[in-house]
Amino acid sequence: MAIEVSGLIKRYGDLTAVNGVDLSVAEGEVFALLGPNGAGKSTTVEILEGHRASTAGTVSVLGMDPETGGRQYRERIGIVLQETAIEKELTVREAIDIYAALYPRRRPASELIDIVGLHEKSDSRIKTLSGGQRRRLELALGIVGDPDVIFLDEPTTGFDPSARRQAWTVIENLSSLGKTILLTTHYMDEAQALADRVAVISGGEIVARGTPDTIGGRDDAAVVISFTLPPGTAPPGLGEVVDEAGRYSLEAPAVTQRLHQLTSWALDRQIELESLTVEKPSLEDVYLELTGEANDG
Amino acid sequence: MGERTSNLQLIWQQIRYQNKIFWRTPIAAFFTIVFPLMFLFVFVTLFGNDTISELGVTTAQFYAPALAVFGAVSATYTNLAIGTAISRDEGILKRVRGTPLPPWIYMAGRVGSSVWVAFIAVVLMLAVGVLLYGVEIYLVSLPALLVAFAIGVACFASLGLVVAAFAPSGDAAPAIANATLLPLAFISDIFIAPSDASPGWLAAVGSVFPLKHFAVAFSDGFSPIEKAARDGWLDHFHWKEYGIMALWLVGGVILAIRFFTWEPRGGERKRSSRKRAKTAAEA
Repeated sequence: MAIEVSGLIKRYGDLTAVNGVDLSVAEGEVFALLGPNGAGKSTTVEILEGHRASTAGTVSVLGMDPETGGRQYRERIGIVLQETAIEKELTVREAIDIYAALYPRRRPASELIDIVGLHEKSDSRIKTLSGGQRRRLELALGIVGDPDVIFLDEPTTGFDPSARRQAWTVIENLSSLGKTILLTTHYMDEAQALADRVAVISGGEIVARGTPDTIGGRDDAAVVISFTLPPGTAPPGLGEVVDEAGRYSLEAPAVTQRLHQLTSWALDRQIELESLTVEKPSLEDVYLELTGEANDG
Repeated sequence: MGERTSNLQLIWQQIRYQNKIFWRTPIAAFFTIVFPLMFLFVFVTLFGNDTISELGVTTAQFYAPALAVFGAVSATYTNLAIGTAISRDEGILKRVRGTPLPPWIYMAGRVGSSVWVAFIAVVLMLAVGVLLYGVEIYLVSLPALLVAFAIGVACFASLGLVVAAFAPSGDAAPAIANATLLPLAFISDIFIAPSDASPGWLAAVGSVFPLKHFAVAFSDGFSPIEKAARDGWLDHFHWKEYGIMALWLVGGVILAIRFFTWEPRGGERKRSSRKRAKTAAEA
């Protein structure tokens, strides 16, 4: 295991930010820690990064304790913090060179600039970069020491959709190099796209874990058929429920049969089933259910 | 595994890169280098470059070393206080803490760069004084000057890091640094020549702080009276002034090590507001 955490607890005074977290991440795996703000995911990651001491529990990354691993430990990890923090007066290439010098294993600046796609900006001052470009530079600095384990704390927060796709490609490339990646995010599509396994953390505890496709019983959950009807049409009476917007939904354990019943009913009456969809609950649905945020948003 | 860069090389690289950042921050370069020179022009223009009767030296002969000290203190104390506090606000210190760079090397880079800038500020001030206003440097006290410079910049670098440690934010740091340095400069023989007319208690207050001792020890090399009074170069060493600055240096180092933090203060604020939100949600 590249990362092993058991019984991790972190208290700030009377506030328990992390309350008994267990995690294990295999070498080469991409693991996503999901959770709302304040759920304890950043605290957990910061303990793994060596930025914070734990209150109780054991943490081992690459066989070392991040709290006491010091220089040797930091030579083998890469950190991308939640907020971009780079000296704005430097150019992209200067920043990469300066940070590369801190590591015994160094990736050449030109290769990193390639990976994160900042060729045109390589000799520009960092203060002239857009938010997305700075974030990608931050990614480059996170891997400048050719780390074995990479921590990405909300790597794409504040990105526009195209910048997010580019960052995903970068992360996928890193993963294909065999790096172990621990990622926190509150974007479900990000977890779905990148992670081999996910864990949902809420109130300082892990409430569910699994692959993006199976977590929270997603794979066993019933398929939901949903549709809308023209105004004034009586519903088919197959056990469907209707929401305030007039959209009907129908849980269907035997989806083929149910769909057949529904479409036959509609054909008989020459009713058009507008915006018919057949879906499993999305990762987002499961996440909202698990974190109890469904009603807040 | 490749080879680690040696610590010495890392220190050198850190100094160079802090230096690069300093010269690319026009406001810092202006206040450290140009500002003291402007004072010199203003004072000499205002008072004329005649001999100040109480001191027996010309205006420039008094002000060039005094303002050189002021420049050196700006380069170390003010710049380290502001620059470090801003870097902490921006999360740069936290990022550095997550790399293998030993924290002391990072600090050595910052301090080393500020001392280099202080050296440039001093040399420039003295060069302008000598070339434009006929300032004389007495070579016999040059070793004493260098010692005063070394202890002085070390002392004010440590105090700058103390201000950075206690400043609640990067915005507050300039206010704290200037509100402490500028009034002190008026009672420390920097902006105003020592005179019998000023009340004794004010001079006594000035004597508590290290700035006056820096100015006194440094100005020795520009005083014909001092030159006439002492023979050997070692006689020009100001042990009392060095000692008081060294005490402040030790105090500064202890406080800076004890209270310095690498995390942005905002992180703690965010955490406590989260905590409040959580408490409110549970209530």
